[in-house]
Amino acid sequence: MDVVNQLQRQFIDYSASLHREGFLDDQFTQLQKLQDDNSPDFVVEVASLFFEDCEKLINNMARALEQQQGVDFKQVDASVHQLKGSSSSIGAMRVKDVCIAFRSFCEAQNREG
Amino acid sequence: MARNGGVAWMRTTEKIDGYDLSTSDTEEVHVLAVDDSLVDRKVIERLLRISSCKVTAVDSGRRALQYLGLDEEIQKKETNGFDGLKVDLIITDYCMPGMTGYELLKKVKESSAFREIPVVIMSSENVIARIDRCLEEGAEDFIVKPVKLSDVKRIIDYTTTELREGEQREGARAKRRGINKRKQREGDDDLSSSPPSTLSSSTSSSPSSSIQSATAPSSPSTLDSPTRRLKMTSSE
Repeated sequence: MDVVNQLQRQFIDYSASLHREGFLDDQFTQLQKLQDDNSPDFVVEVASLFFEDCEKLINNMARALEQQQGVDFKQVDASVHQLKGSSSSIGAMRVKDVCIAFRSFCEAQNREG
Repeated sequence: MARNGGVAWMRTTEKIDGYDLSTSDTEEVHVLAVDDSLVDRKVIERLLRISSCKVTAVDSGRRALQYLGLDEEIQKKETNGFDGLKVDLIITDYCMPGMTGYELLKKVKESSAFREIPVVIMSSENVIARIDRCLEEGAEDFIVKPVKLSDVKRIIDYTTTELREGEQREGARAKRRGINKRKQREGDDDLSSSPPSTLSSSTSSSPSSSIQSATAPSSPSTLDSPTRRLKMTSSE
């Protein structure tokens, strides 16, 4: 039981630090509240879906950015928009903020950015 | 029951006295959720289930119309196009490939069978022009993503209130409470600019309003009527 308590405490500390450092925001806490005995894996499921989504979108973006003929910023922007949406729904604040910056680069057609 | 489902929306003109089978089990609100993002779909589905709703989640406006039986190519008028349950509320994302939430809203409001269904639009972008356009087209409300439990609870609250109001209006003359609620909602626009206590006063007197005020303080945008949201965004 001691080990469980210890792990619990570590988890709480880790969560708190993620929040403090701005990786996670309030939305993530909301999601945690939605989990209960009927749906014990809710957060894990959503997080997994999010990671799959991320992977797909980042691949799309990489492919678009690597185009020799010229980068299709609209396509990149569309992917970033979707990523921003998903990350904000899950509470991944840092990711969302990066997306916002990313989008302004897209608008400026700034490949280096 | 599927047959009655289609008729139920005409109940204000047809069945005045009795309850048909479908209205007696609308204790649970049936929501059609439309979003192209899988993550968002999962989240909204959970939020709705936790709020005791039946949920049908689809990934595009096209599929939503198919479910309702409004898709022009697939006319399922024989069975009213329902898979069984009538829809009490539609929640849709704005930005979707193919058909946007706005276009879906228009299609729903254009149809005689479904225009009574309240439609709520969600969007990650807080653009006033967009909000205005949706409200003008007849959207019930506009939620800015990320969607919180308090948003969902608020919407379900006034959906069930309006459903009940619709029945009461036909059964007997509207009870004072129902009318006052609507007046309250509209009247409070001018009164409430900042004080958070209006969160509980402007919603119905049911106990859930206290939950809203407890969870809402961090998100001032989750106030009651859409027009208030506009005021908030312009003052921010």
